[in-house]
Amino acid sequence: MTSIESGRASRRRVLKGAGAMAAVGLVGAPAISKAQTGAIKIGVPTILSGRVAILGQTSVGGLKDVFDKFNAAGGINGRKIEMVVRDSKGAPQEAAKVTRDLINNDKCEIILDAEASSAAFAVQEVIREVGVLCIHSNSETSSLTADPKLHVPTAFRTARQGIHDAIGGGDYAAKIAKAKGLKKWATCSPDYAYGRSNTAEFMEYAKHFDGNIQVVEESWPKLFQPDYTEVVTKLLNAKADAMYSALWGGDLVAFIDQANLYGLFDKQASFMVNLGDYGVVDQVKQFPQGVYSGGRYNRVVPPTKENEEWYQNYVKTQKHKPTNWSWENAVAAEFIVEALKKTNGDTNGKKMAEAIKGMTLKSQFGTKGSVTMRAEDNTLVDYIIGYGVSLSKEPYVADFQSSAWEPIFELEKQWKKKQGYIS
Amino acid sequence: MDLDALLRCVGTTSCVVTQLTSGMIIGMLLFLIASGVTLIFGVLNVINFAHGSLYMIGAYAAWTFYQLTGSYFVSALGAAVAVGVLGVLFERALMSKVYGSNVLMQLLVCYAVVLISDDLIKIIWGPVPLSMGMPPEFRLPPIRFMGGVIPPFYLFMILAAMAIGLLLWLVIVRTRFGSIVRAAAINGPMVSALGIRVNLYYAAVFGIGSALAGAAGALAAPVRSLTPGMGFSILIESFIVTVIGGMGSIVGAFVASIIIGLTRSFGSIGFPLFVDGVMFLIMALVLIFKPSGLFGRAHR
Repeated sequence: MTSIESGRASRRRVLKGAGAMAAVGLVGAPAISKAQTGAIKIGVPTILSGRVAILGQTSVGGLKDVFDKFNAAGGINGRKIEMVVRDSKGAPQEAAKVTRDLINNDKCEIILDAEASSAAFAVQEVIREVGVLCIHSNSETSSLTADPKLHVPTAFRTARQGIHDAIGGGDYAAKIAKAKGLKKWATCSPDYAYGRSNTAEFMEYAKHFDGNIQVVEESWPKLFQPDYTEVVTKLLNAKADAMYSALWGGDLVAFIDQANLYGLFDKQASFMVNLGDYGVVDQVKQFPQGVYSGGRYNRVVPPTKENEEWYQNYVKTQKHKPTNWSWENAVAAEFIVEALKKTNGDTNGKKMAEAIKGMTLKSQFGTKGSVTMRAEDNTLVDYIIGYGVSLSKEPYVADFQSSAWEPIFELEKQWKKKQGYIS
Repeated sequence: MDLDALLRCVGTTSCVVTQLTSGMIIGMLLFLIASGVTLIFGVLNVINFAHGSLYMIGAYAAWTFYQLTGSYFVSALGAAVAVGVLGVLFERALMSKVYGSNVLMQLLVCYAVVLISDDLIKIIWGPVPLSMGMPPEFRLPPIRFMGGVIPPFYLFMILAAMAIGLLLWLVIVRTRFGSIVRAAAINGPMVSALGIRVNLYYAAVFGIGSALAGAAGALAAPVRSLTPGMGFSILIESFIVTVIGGMGSIVGAFVASIIIGLTRSFGSIGFPLFVDGVMFLIMALVLIFKPSGLFGRAHR
């Protein structure tokens, strides 16, 4: 029960959308609460076109299996879940428009925001106005849920969070840096909220754990930039001992292809938080060996029967391999299903939010076999974080080291204080 | 702004060599695309806003031919020819109908082609980025020259683009075909009155311009992610090149491509957050002080 439509606007739809926008401004949430009959429509704004279309494709793949099982079991009170998936092209204004359209025109009662950070903040503001339940399943920018000014009571996040990766990754990187004497570091990350914050946080914690580390060069290629030649040569000229990159998806594939030509990975140690994902490793033809790769999704991390079964089932039903976004969305779908059971099918934003807040779910993606939606900031914790060394063939990662959550919680608290998020 | 870093780079041979070649790589790919835009405009007096789509189709065609043949050279040639033929069809079926129309009409036709081709690419090849990977013959260690680093494939790209540009210039300047094309560019009806089928020449010029975009796509395919819509960003830069060089001037496109390439390569060191700004600034200055472009002449 999935319909995938382009977000391109026809005149009629624009007029309808504009009318509906005006209407929701007048009557607000009551219009939504009246719609609780028939299928439970879940709107999914995501990216289905362009360089990172794989984000939308594998996000929907992650959702589908959970919702299909829910529907096959009869749904709740006779109501089944229907996904309405729309392409936002990753553009903030388009994502906001599509989200409003999903709520007002398509009568979606829940929003599952499978956007990257570039658009997730725009979706968050729409949710603030309309008050439906929203789960951000892909945006990793820490401030989305950490900053109390941005807090929306009915919005949650199941995506991994930049600050968690940064603390875990910084600790890992510092250990390698101390052992190998990597003092001069360069960075190369996409020039938008996620790239900037993720890189700053990673380097902050790498320096925290190893005071000898200093950043000698920073490169900020644009999101979806086609050519990285000048970025690669700039990194070469920096003659750094190590590089950190938060590039992801097709951008990371293009960067690796172009950096390989210059032998960049032979000249410095490289740490890439988003490398270890099937969407990337399957596309890179000359996969660099020995790069320190962040754990995204891998069938052997954790090496459990449940994880392997989930991977096999995903490949069987979707005809492609899952990515990091797949598990994040699968977890988001699980939270929605569990919350619906708790509210007895009532999709009211407040009731659903109360049900999800602090909820712990049994999950193969958790360090202890479970993940928790932390009540204090509506964000996911206890999921698997770590780094390993890249291999050029299956399983693509070796020596994976999982980060412990206790030190992450401790340093995250300090980071929040420093940012003025908590007192 | 990090002008110290730029000065340090300019004072180091290895950095200068690396950045110069980097600028040439960026510039020569732009040149191939911009030369097509400028050729079509110079002769047909239409701005082909769909040129980026032809570049995209060239890259996808090269990827497909490479899967089928395993030969990069056959793939690149095949892509250029295929896109050239597509260009002729595009010109005959659509563009020829809007010759002499206002720019808005031409823009609408081209925009429709851009949207349709992006969707067709999605339907045929899928939305997920494709990567051709480096052909085995170019999987070589980078060349070291005066401390600088030059990848062999990029050297091939620069030489191939230059050779294609030179061939194009020779065809336009030294052949009977070129003479007729230049005459038709100045006064089409007069050339037609002499018994020459000008429409065929128009179609041929459009085909050649399209083949140049296809060749650029094929040259880019081993090092860039292939995605629907990939032609858009490069189209903007190629228009900047065309405007700076002078609409209709192939030599102008060549010089302007190198200017833009070097601006990007050295700018990434000296003013990384203002590279695009500088490119547009150069274009604005040219438009203010020489509106016809560096090598252009006032157009009819």
